[in-house]
Amino acid sequence: MKILTTVKRVTDPDMKVKIKPDQTGVVTDGVEYKMNSFDEYGVEEAIKLKEAHGGEIVVVSVGPSAATKEIRTAMAMGADRGILVETDEDLDSDAVARVLAEVIRRESPDIVVMGKQAVDSDRNQTGQILASYLDYPQATFAYSLEVADGWATVGREVDGGTATKRVKLPAIITADLRLNEPRYASLPGIMKAKRKPLETLTPSDLGVDTANKVNVLLFEAPEEREAGEIVEDIDTLIDRLKNKAKVL
Amino acid sequence: MIGYGLSDDQKMYQKTARDFARDVIRPASEHHDKTGEYPWEILTKAWELGLLNTMVPAEYGGLGLGALEACILSEEMAWGCTGIGTAMEANQLATAPLIMFGTDEQKKKYLGMLVDSLKDDGTPHMAAYCVTEPGAGSDVQGVKTRAIKDGDVYRISGQKMWITNGAKASWYFVLAYTDQDAGYRGLTGFIVDADSPGIEVGRKEINLGQKASDTRSISFDNVEVPAENVLGGKEGGGWAQAMGAFDKSRPIVASAAVGLARAAFEHARAYSLERTTFGKPIAHHQAVSFMLADMAMNIQAARHLVWESAWLHDQGERNTKQAAFAKAFAADMAVKVASDAVQVYGGYGYSTEYPVEKLYRDAKIFQIYEGTSQIQRVIISREILREA
Repeated sequence: MKILTTVKRVTDPDMKVKIKPDQTGVVTDGVEYKMNSFDEYGVEEAIKLKEAHGGEIVVVSVGPSAATKEIRTAMAMGADRGILVETDEDLDSDAVARVLAEVIRRESPDIVVMGKQAVDSDRNQTGQILASYLDYPQATFAYSLEVADGWATVGREVDGGTATKRVKLPAIITADLRLNEPRYASLPGIMKAKRKPLETLTPSDLGVDTANKVNVLLFEAPEEREAGEIVEDIDTLIDRLKNKAKVL
Repeated sequence: MIGYGLSDDQKMYQKTARDFARDVIRPASEHHDKTGEYPWEILTKAWELGLLNTMVPAEYGGLGLGALEACILSEEMAWGCTGIGTAMEANQLATAPLIMFGTDEQKKKYLGMLVDSLKDDGTPHMAAYCVTEPGAGSDVQGVKTRAIKDGDVYRISGQKMWITNGAKASWYFVLAYTDQDAGYRGLTGFIVDADSPGIEVGRKEINLGQKASDTRSISFDNVEVPAENVLGGKEGGGWAQAMGAFDKSRPIVASAAVGLARAAFEHARAYSLERTTFGKPIAHHQAVSFMLADMAMNIQAARHLVWESAWLHDQGERNTKQAAFAKAFAADMAVKVASDAVQVYGGYGYSTEYPVEKLYRDAKIFQIYEGTSQIQRVIISREILREA
């Protein structure tokens, strides 16, 4: 079974985000980068699929040359080879999906498992757009995944509970945080990852025009909230909710 | 050329260690501090991830990482808990003389044992460095343990004290006199199997801090050790071996002090932004913000001393002075930062309900083990005066 998974290099979500003074983006100086946490679930699930069914895991990233580190991390966890589609541009979800669609056409994997959203842009779009470009079925927000006889049975997180869906492979599966517990990249794994094959391409190698359809005009910090108040007792709390917040 | 960036590989090692410290070590830290229970489960997980014995060379089945990588990892472990971290790093100290001075057969057998596989009970092999005695710590030449040659074997008698991993180790590095009259040239290093007849391990010492770590006295009563276990096959080579090991291990211990201080600083900073007095968060009182500034500055300074001393060692250069700089500065710094963190917390800091009093207790040992702060200054002054 050939499994394709994707990783995005994102700013460390544990760090405080600051907006650039010219409002063109967020400050990236001195910021740490890591693999998007939802992609960790995707990589882990890819490894579990390989453990159960055998085969090969290809890990793909669309991003700057430094994203090699995130690909190596996935390889250290257990992916077999990597593809970096190198670009320094900040692509919208549609452009990323166009690039990934081309990689997937070339690789023709049996299944694609990816994160449900990136924790930096928070868009939750790439997997779905990708499925439409490839005309693959999709199962988003997966909390469980079983593969048998060319079909995937996916437990999905939906509003109000869960739902189960069966999709014919190849399909796009996007991982939710309950899907699994991602393993650590072991130190021997990190050393072995250096010797695994990593191919670097550009969008133009793939013949993909990466012009964004969505243009970001400016970034603004969220409005600062008024300082809160610690109240003495329930009566004061109810008074404040009635007379100050006016929600009761 | 000076470069301060970590390589991608080093960043990946650091991330694994950081995640492991956050997810596995820190949540267990309070339990082990309260009970003094040895953290076998954590050590086993750490072994599986390759976080133990990282400096064992590749030809003996290890990862062959350098002292700098060991420091990067040990800072993270110590951020989680220095008691658990010390249990892990004690292997690095015990293996250092073997890696630097052991024969091929000794390395194959004893380094291989640590990295090849787990024990039958599923836990990793540990090792211990046995030099200190009840009457001789800083004054290493004052040790009284003797090894008497008897045909093809040596018979070791004497008592060792405050041995980390004392009851948990599968083998010991032991320093003993083979010739009392020859001064330091009469000291010999041995590798001793922990199950050898005549070894008696004392009760677990109840210490001020680092309670997860196993510290014991070990007595040797006519313990028979084959001659092939003389480290490096060199009778009289023990002093250089025991001291040489510190060039490798001192930066690692110093980096653990940095990790502890970082934890104390992070707690103090977070608390100072929450707690208000006189109408504002205490972080905005200049007296407190200056304390935080000093913490951050000294932590960074210590880390650079650590990294420099480890880097020099990895370049194959003598780092005795720099390792002593790092160990002395980082230990003193960690004690001060931990004390100041308790201070920032005020009354809460003194309470066991809050995390900083443990750090304060744990920090003190850094000024004592692996060469006291005074001994480090003896080393530094000797080195700088020799350079004059």
